[in-house]
Amino acid sequence: MKVAVVRFPGSNCDLDAVASMREIAGLSPELVWHESDQLSRYDAVVLPGGFSFGDYLRAGAIAARSPAMSTIKRMAEHGTPVLGVCNGFQILVEAGLLPGALLRNSSLKFVCDWVHVRVDSRRTPFTLLAREGQVLRMPIAHGEGRYYAPQEQMKELERSNRVVFRYTDEKGAVLEGANPTGTSRNIAGISNEQGNVVGLMPHPERASNPLLSPSGSADGRMIFASLLEGAN
Amino acid sequence: MSVVISNKEGAHDPEGETILRDLVHRSGFGDVKSIRAGKSLRIDVEAPDGKTAETLVRKMCDDLRIYNPAAHSLLVEAGRQPA
Repeated sequence: MKVAVVRFPGSNCDLDAVASMREIAGLSPELVWHESDQLSRYDAVVLPGGFSFGDYLRAGAIAARSPAMSTIKRMAEHGTPVLGVCNGFQILVEAGLLPGALLRNSSLKFVCDWVHVRVDSRRTPFTLLAREGQVLRMPIAHGEGRYYAPQEQMKELERSNRVVFRYTDEKGAVLEGANPTGTSRNIAGISNEQGNVVGLMPHPERASNPLLSPSGSADGRMIFASLLEGAN
Repeated sequence: MSVVISNKEGAHDPEGETILRDLVHRSGFGDVKSIRAGKSLRIDVEAPDGKTAETLVRKMCDDLRIYNPAAHSLLVEAGRQPA
């Protein structure tokens, strides 16, 4: 399965994403520049974290208008799996592929920490291998991750089971104290209606190899392994 | 033209709240009731009149999603001439 990891000026988690997927036999990740017209050759797309275009105007707002995103929109409509991590999530929201907005953290601080995230939907290509209510340990590192959507839209997201990841304690309880950014309803990640487009703030690529992860967690690997599982 | 992008009333605005609480109220300006922070863009447009310029700027803001309609409100006004 060929996976494009799209590189924007300012992406900085691109190589980690490639390295994490390379460890899964059957996934062939490749770096693709955002101006490339070759994207449609790939079976899946990952938008990595970073600070595309310096976060100017608003995190993800400029990348959302890049040539790659027009192609990705078409691919997404045809069911191609698309994952946005951190800044990638912000780009998907700004491109209108996912609803709502990612606003500045309540604390006004850039939050860099290891957190627990519960998988609340297993119907996406990135969570197929999760166990019911599985809690993953992954890091977050962002200043704008407070998910917001107007009330009606929020209700719709909940009703249609599109909240894919939620911040919880280590046992999976949704608590105010387990919410690192003031995000609505502890939301850490959502999907589109079809379920093939997923965005999340935590970094699975930084929690894929126990040797490289300070907590020894390789929980993020499940997200990439699911992608392959769905293709088979 | 002057464009101001700020969080909608329903969306919590931690920057504005911090300015109000930790700077304004702490410094004795207790009569100030609320502050909303935003981003301001000053745009110079070639247009026959103000109304045409405003329509063009609004269209640009919508088309390019200069603001995120889910969370932001947009204020477009004829602004000062650029320096």
